[in-house]
Amino acid sequence: MTDSEMNLDLEQLLETMYQGISSKLQTLAPDDVIMIGIHTGGFWIAEQIYQRLNLPSPLGSLNISFYRDDFTKIGLHPEVKPSQLPAGLDDKHIILIDDVLFTGRTIRAALNELFDYGRPASVTLAVLLDRGERELPICAEITGQKISLNPDQQIKLNGPDPMSLTLVQNPLESAL
Amino acid sequence: MINNNIQLDEQGRLKHFLSIEGLKRQQLVSILDAAEPFANVQEQAVKKVPLLRGKTIVNLFFEASTRTRTTFELAAKRLSADVLNININTSATSKGESLLDMLHNLESMHCDMFIVRHNQSGAAHFIAQHVSPHISVINAGDGCHSHPSQAMLDMFTIRRHKKEFANLKVVIVGDLLHSRVARSQMHALTTLGVSEIRVVGPKTLIPAGINTFGVHVYHNMQEALIDADVIIMLRLQKERMQGALLPSEDEYYHNYGLTEKKLSYARPNAIVMHPGPINRGVEIASSIADGPQSVILEQVTNGIAIRMAVMSQALSPRSEITKTGGIV
Repeated sequence: MTDSEMNLDLEQLLETMYQGISSKLQTLAPDDVIMIGIHTGGFWIAEQIYQRLNLPSPLGSLNISFYRDDFTKIGLHPEVKPSQLPAGLDDKHIILIDDVLFTGRTIRAALNELFDYGRPASVTLAVLLDRGERELPICAEITGQKISLNPDQQIKLNGPDPMSLTLVQNPLESAL
Repeated sequence: MINNNIQLDEQGRLKHFLSIEGLKRQQLVSILDAAEPFANVQEQAVKKVPLLRGKTIVNLFFEASTRTRTTFELAAKRLSADVLNININTSATSKGESLLDMLHNLESMHCDMFIVRHNQSGAAHFIAQHVSPHISVINAGDGCHSHPSQAMLDMFTIRRHKKEFANLKVVIVGDLLHSRVARSQMHALTTLGVSEIRVVGPKTLIPAGINTFGVHVYHNMQEALIDADVIIMLRLQKERMQGALLPSEDEYYHNYGLTEKKLSYARPNAIVMHPGPINRGVEIASSIADGPQSVILEQVTNGIAIRMAVMSQALSPRSEITKTGGIV
C-alpha cells in the first residue's frame, strides 16, 4: 500500500502542521521560540516548516538515542548522530516536532534530553501523524492527521528529499 | 602471543576491551563513530545521559594514574553508572587476599564492569579469563603491553584534526621500549590504514624487533620529523627503567626533546600529542606543550568520550542489536 492508497497527502499534512504552528507562534515572542526536530523524520519535517517561518533562532536537531528506555534490551544504536541544539534553552518556548506519534516513549525520551540542556518555558508537541495507542500520558497540541493502524503495521517517513510515507507490514518487535 | 578473541562475543561485538590487536578496522571505526555523539554530552547543562543507569563499574587500579582513572570515572558517571574506586594499597589485598578472591567478592556485589590497570603485562587479560560471563573487563594499561583506550582517544583526536588516516605521516618519539601506549598506537594506526609510521629515539629505548610493526626506525629526530602530520611524544618512563639507559635528561632533551627548531621540520599544520603526564624540558619545550599546535589537553577531553563509547559498547546487551527505523 502506498501513501496515496492510504489517502494521506503529505503536502496537505505539512500545510495543516504549518497552520497550527503559525497560529501558536502568534501567541509567542519570536525571539523566545526554538524549533526542534527529532532525528531523523521529525527533523526533515521541521526543516520544511522552519523554512516557511521567520524564526530568529536556528533549527535544532534532537537525537534521543542515549535517552531511550530500551538500552537494556537492544543496546547502543550503531550510528548515533549528535544532537545539535541552539545554545540556551532556558525560558524558551520549544516547538518539538516528530513524524509519527505512537506509544509516546520517544517523546518521553526527548523531554528528558531537552531538560538536560536547560529549563524551557514550555514545550509544544507537533506531529505529522498521530496513530493513537499511547502507553504514556503524552499528547500532541498540533497534529497533521490522526490515523488508525493495525498492530502489525507501521508507517515510515522516507526522505529527506523527496519525502514520502510508506506503510510497512510486520514491523520489528523492537520498535518502541 | 595473547589470544584476543576473548574480547569479542559470538556475534563479533566488543565484550572486553583488552588490546587493539585482534580488532578489525571496522571495529575501531565503530568505537570512533560511537564516541562522536558522546563528545557532545559535555555541552549539555546536565553533562549526563541515562544509558548505563543501574550498572556498577569498578575502577581497579594497581598502579598510579591520574588522567586515566579520573576520565574512566567521569565517563562512567556521565553515562549514569555507579562507580566504585578500589584503592589497592588500602584494600584487603594488603592483608594477603588473592586477586581472584577479591574479584569474586566484587562479583558477589553484582558489579558489571572492571576497569583494570596493572604493572604486569597481561593482567587485564588474565582477569577477563576468570570473571563471570556477565562481567566486562577494560584494560586501562597493563605493564609495557597495551593501553587500548589511550590509543583510541589518540586516534579520535587525530581524526578530528586530519579526517583521513591513509596519507598521514605519524612520528612517535621517545621511550618506545617501555611504552604500552606506543604499542597500542602502532597497532591502531596500522589497522586504520596509516601509510607511514616513524619511530624515533635513542637505541637503548627502541625495542628490538619493532620492525615487525611495519614502522620506520630513526635515531635522528630532525630526519624523522620531516613533513610529519602528527607528532606523538612519549614520556620517559623512569620508573620502569632498569639500569642506565640514558646518559642524562639534558642530553635526551638535546637530542629528542621537541623544540621549536625541531618542530619546524614537520608540516606547518602538524599536531603535537602527548599521553601525559608531560615532563617539560625533558620531552617537550613548554612553548610547544602550550602552543597552537599542541592538542594535549584535547586528548584528555576526548578520553572521556572514547571511554563512554567503549563502556556503552561493552555493556550493550548480548541479544541481537536491531537497526530499527521504526521508533514512533
